[in-house]
Amino acid sequence: MSDISFVRTDMLPEQDPPASEVGALGWAKHNLFSGFFNSALTVFSVLGIYFVLASLVPWAWSPTWNATSLAECREILHELGRSGHFSGACWGVINDRWVQLFMGFYPSEYYWRPIAAFILLGVALAPVLYSDQVPAKMVWFSALYPFLMPWLLWGGSIWVPLMVLAGFVLAYVAYRFLFERASELIALIAGVLVAVIWWLVLMGPIAELLANIIPIGMEAVGSRKFGGMMLSLTIGVVAIGFSLPIGVVLALGRQSDLLIVKALCVGFIEFIRGVPLITLLFVASLLLNIFMPPGTNFDIILRVMIMMTLFSAAYMAEVIRGGLAALPKGQYEGADSLGLDYWQAQRLIIMPQALKISIPGIVSTFIGIFKDTTLVSIIGLLDVIGLASAIRADTAWNGIYWELFAFIAFLFFVVCFSMSRYSMYLERKLQTGHR
Amino acid sequence: MTTLTDPPQESFRLSQLIYDTRYRSMTIQIVALIGFLLLLGWLFGNTAQNLADLGKEPSFRFLGEPAGYDINQRLLEYNSQDTHLRAAFVGLLNTLVVAVLGCITATVLGVTIGVLRLSNNWVVSKLMMIYVETFRNVPVLLWIVFTMAIMIETMPAPRAFKGENPAAQMMLSDSVAVTNRGVYIPEPLFTNTLGDVHLLGAASMRFDVSLDLLALMLVLGASLWGASWFRKRADSIQELTGDRPKTWHVRLGLIVIPTAILLYALGFHLGYPELKGFNFKGGTHFRNSLIALWLALSLYTAAFIAEIVRAGILAIDHGQSEAAAALGLRPNRTMKLVILPQALRVIVPPMISNYLNLTKNSSLAIAVGYMDLTGTLMGITLNQTGRELETVLMTMMIYLAISLSISAVMNMYNNRVKMVER
Repeated sequence: MSDISFVRTDMLPEQDPPASEVGALGWAKHNLFSGFFNSALTVFSVLGIYFVLASLVPWAWSPTWNATSLAECREILHELGRSGHFSGACWGVINDRWVQLFMGFYPSEYYWRPIAAFILLGVALAPVLYSDQVPAKMVWFSALYPFLMPWLLWGGSIWVPLMVLAGFVLAYVAYRFLFERASELIALIAGVLVAVIWWLVLMGPIAELLANIIPIGMEAVGSRKFGGMMLSLTIGVVAIGFSLPIGVVLALGRQSDLLIVKALCVGFIEFIRGVPLITLLFVASLLLNIFMPPGTNFDIILRVMIMMTLFSAAYMAEVIRGGLAALPKGQYEGADSLGLDYWQAQRLIIMPQALKISIPGIVSTFIGIFKDTTLVSIIGLLDVIGLASAIRADTAWNGIYWELFAFIAFLFFVVCFSMSRYSMYLERKLQTGHR
Repeated sequence: MTTLTDPPQESFRLSQLIYDTRYRSMTIQIVALIGFLLLLGWLFGNTAQNLADLGKEPSFRFLGEPAGYDINQRLLEYNSQDTHLRAAFVGLLNTLVVAVLGCITATVLGVTIGVLRLSNNWVVSKLMMIYVETFRNVPVLLWIVFTMAIMIETMPAPRAFKGENPAAQMMLSDSVAVTNRGVYIPEPLFTNTLGDVHLLGAASMRFDVSLDLLALMLVLGASLWGASWFRKRADSIQELTGDRPKTWHVRLGLIVIPTAILLYALGFHLGYPELKGFNFKGGTHFRNSLIALWLALSLYTAAFIAEIVRAGILAIDHGQSEAAAALGLRPNRTMKLVILPQALRVIVPPMISNYLNLTKNSSLAIAVGYMDLTGTLMGITLNQTGRELETVLMTMMIYLAISLSISAVMNMYNNRVKMVER
């Protein structure tokens, strides 16, 4: 046996990593100064950030919240020894006009109505957004909401929305009645006919009669009084709400084997997607009344809503078509082999998956529509951007730009950014596949 | 014994149209078609009735009448005595100008930002994230009016350039002037000009083509073709002998020398903008509206393109670059031969739709008074002639044609780069 003079029996203690590799220093070395090019980029970006902040912060930090005109702002700043064109922001305009930027020219005594409408919108959306945390019965409120919202916003007799709702009820009653006695198709046709006859012929006189007998209603508010963020939200919510079902139908039509149905859907989608929204808004403001029977003259906001809905439905259809195309063929074949008919397969198997796949696309279409509602200012409606010009036309605030733009941008940023974050949350929540 | 009976005679019953799958699809389609035609007929009937009541029979005769308004930013020669048709044509070219300029800058900016967002540098990637989120979540119309306000409110007036100690100075050795009336840059001028060709005489669609430009394009095209032929020859020599002859200096010479000779022969020089009186004269004048629209559309679309580029690069599996490294490819060859061709497949289709969006958004020019197709045909022409049906429909059809041709061209490109599936 050879003599082993030294054998280590225990491990050496761990040494600390070099100070330049851990902690803030190590992080900075790896992430900010890992090479010449990277260091140069870091230095330039930090300098850039510094210059932007150095010019923006002193401008934004300006005690002009209570000023009532631009001249007063300048005076306040002058007393502080700050002079020049960009010495300070004039936040007084926001203090003076923020209510108008939200509500437009809506009568101030009825401000509770749009506020209630939008709070109830949150309640109505709850079963859709947080399906696992709210009772399922809430869906009934969501179904009633489309009739409640116009009444809250436009006011008038309560019998009009109720009678419109009655049309749906009558159609359903007729459908059930005939479904048990005759075939499904006859029941369907009869249901649609009953509803159409009710709305076109009977509804008007009956609603008027009821309003005369039992006058329940609120003060009517004309569309011309709508404006600001409230107008954008109203148009946006209506267009988003209606475009999803229409988009689903159009996408199914485009995917179907029926040649004529497919051609009609493709033609519609490609036409709408090929023209700018502004041309469609011109159609809404100038042409839609020409297309309708002589003597029809319906509301400008309603016309804009119709065109916005058609516009977003075409985009929605393409997003949903993407989701449909992404589904493996086996899902369709599986549905067939279970003996489901077309609509059952769509409702139970295809659509839930296709819609889940297209959530990011659907939400970005929503965001796009909401941003596009600002275009109505070009056809003369007073949304936030239109109001900004109107405020500038006031002598007190003549020449004010940046404060209004910053405020409007902030409003849109909050809404759109939270929508996109919500879609990310929803994607994670619905992620049931195994990756 | 059993007797064979004949199968029951097929007799067609009306209910088969609904319950028999063989006929049902046909029934549905015919019903849909009839419904569509009825709707169309109803709309046409209403329109005809309404227009007759208004005393405005549809007619396109207004296109031949003098427009009577000026277009301040234009590519073609135009005056207010020209027809509405020519005004629309000038407007259409303006739309295309801003669309092409916007697409180019948006792509350059967007690709840069998308790549920088993937950078390991924390400050840079966060900065780019802030850029993307800010621009994506604020309406493009707001960006357009905001940029316009910056151009008008913060840029110096031309008279600020006057005097001994001017408050503002021209940039790039006195060649570019940025004022609140627009941007002036030097214009190319030719002393021995070849003149213009007047296509279509004095018709309203007349089109002057500068022979100088045509000659330049011809010479440049021929040089490029020669250079590419020279490169192909080098390729074939490399195939035969294994040695690649050095080509870059000959190719560079082939491109530069003929163009330079032509430019010299034409007497090429730059005409600089100069302050005369209260305004700049000479040079090419880009109006504020064009600059604002171009900048805003580029910055806005760049945010979307950045996200597309980022997603496209992230979509490529890491194994691809590892495999390329294992084959011994250098990093820039890896990018060029392995990553980029695959990333392009993911990037190109959404990029097409963003170019289309930019082109359609250029119609917001009407908000800043840039005279594009919307501003001329659907703007002033509509207001002057009162022909809302004809002008709006014409505008829509022109935009539709632009969109369809862009998507056709880009789809052709997409078919070339897309994956060949077996």
